[in-house]
Amino acid sequence: MLDIALLWEARGLILQGLWNTLWICLLGCLVALSLGLVLAALRLANPRLFSYPVACYVEICRGVPLLILLFLLYYGGPSIGLTLSASIAGVVGIGLYGAGYFAEIYRGGFKSIPKGQLEAARMIGISPWHALIRIQIPQMARLIVPPSTNQLIILVKESALISIISVDDLTKNATTIVNQTFQVIEPYLAVALLYWLMIELVARGGYALEKRLANR
Amino acid sequence: MFEILLNHYPVLLKGLTTTLVVSLSAIALGLVLGVLLAFGLTSRYRLVRWPCGLYRSFWRGTPILLQLLLVYYLLPEIGIEIAPIHAAILTLTLNTTAFQAEIFRSGISHIPAGQIEAARMAGISAWQTRRRIIMPQVFRLTLPPLTNEIITILKNSSLISVIAVTELMRVSEQIASRTFQPLETYLAAALLYLAVNLVLARISAYLERRMVGGLATE
Repeated sequence: MLDIALLWEARGLILQGLWNTLWICLLGCLVALSLGLVLAALRLANPRLFSYPVACYVEICRGVPLLILLFLLYYGGPSIGLTLSASIAGVVGIGLYGAGYFAEIYRGGFKSIPKGQLEAARMIGISPWHALIRIQIPQMARLIVPPSTNQLIILVKESALISIISVDDLTKNATTIVNQTFQVIEPYLAVALLYWLMIELVARGGYALEKRLANR
Repeated sequence: MFEILLNHYPVLLKGLTTTLVVSLSAIALGLVLGVLLAFGLTSRYRLVRWPCGLYRSFWRGTPILLQLLLVYYLLPEIGIEIAPIHAAILTLTLNTTAFQAEIFRSGISHIPAGQIEAARMAGISAWQTRRRIIMPQVFRLTLPPLTNEIITILKNSSLISVIAVTELMRVSEQIASRTFQPLETYLAAALLYLAVNLVLARISAYLERRMVGGLATE
């Protein structure tokens, strides 16, 4: 049967891993969300100049594994004078990787708003800024919450890869406990449950936000 | 970067081949199991739906790296000796089965109920309805998300390097530690992954354009 006492004894490692996973995910997702917005905004503001570079960036994020990106940052960075600690490389890696996906999600949101609405707004003398704040963003928000929630969940799960560049996150510490106790099932299942809880929280949060936005 | 590609292309190509073999076997096996699981998820019986849902929750709700480590270390514990590459294919298959099942489930839910009722009226058995009427349309409907899943599995196959399968990622690590040029090596590997995934996306877009006809419409 499952040995719960073993987990209680290893609680220090589990909590440390949880803390590291949490803050790295949180910062990484914040970077991804905001950089994605910048990329989408650039593309929208000046399509002729930025469409192509942003599209390339998005393709790179979609086509290259996060693990390669992390290795490039952590092991390849020093050869161009970019020395990052493993956790910061994790934050930057998750941020850069996620930004490509969020840029595409935001773009989809902007594109889904009929052009006629903006033309109508201009006709009746609403300023472009006001149109953005009052017309575009409220409608877009409703559309982008579900795919953004999905993407955040993917990023939380992919954050387990930072254990490979030696960050003491949940996955790495679970492996440490496995190696110390020779028990495989308990540490990995406990940690799997914690990831599942984090993801469930993100999903519930996204769902609540979606409902709030729909009621407006 | 190009120097690395030129000097080490035989090993890189060998690594890439392993990456492709592992990913595509997992995708193919996952396709079959995913269709079955999707039928389970849409079953009339709660006793079938419930365990299928639990399976989907676990494999979709935890990191694939954790799943890989669990499978790789757990199997010897229960007396099953398995080569790393087989453990890798097994894990990726079990993972993609859950994701593909969800894709197919959503595809099945888009088939108009009238078609299924009409099939039942015409005396076509439930199994024949699935095989001849539902699934051919579902495959066409779900081609874009299915392509995304193939690309995701290809990308995720990079982390089987952790259990010492010498695929593209692992080969790159070896080259990087031999040449002391990690930046160039990983850039070269990134380029190879990108190239494969772009080709896959193109093939899928081509197929999608060819198969627009004959779809279920409301």
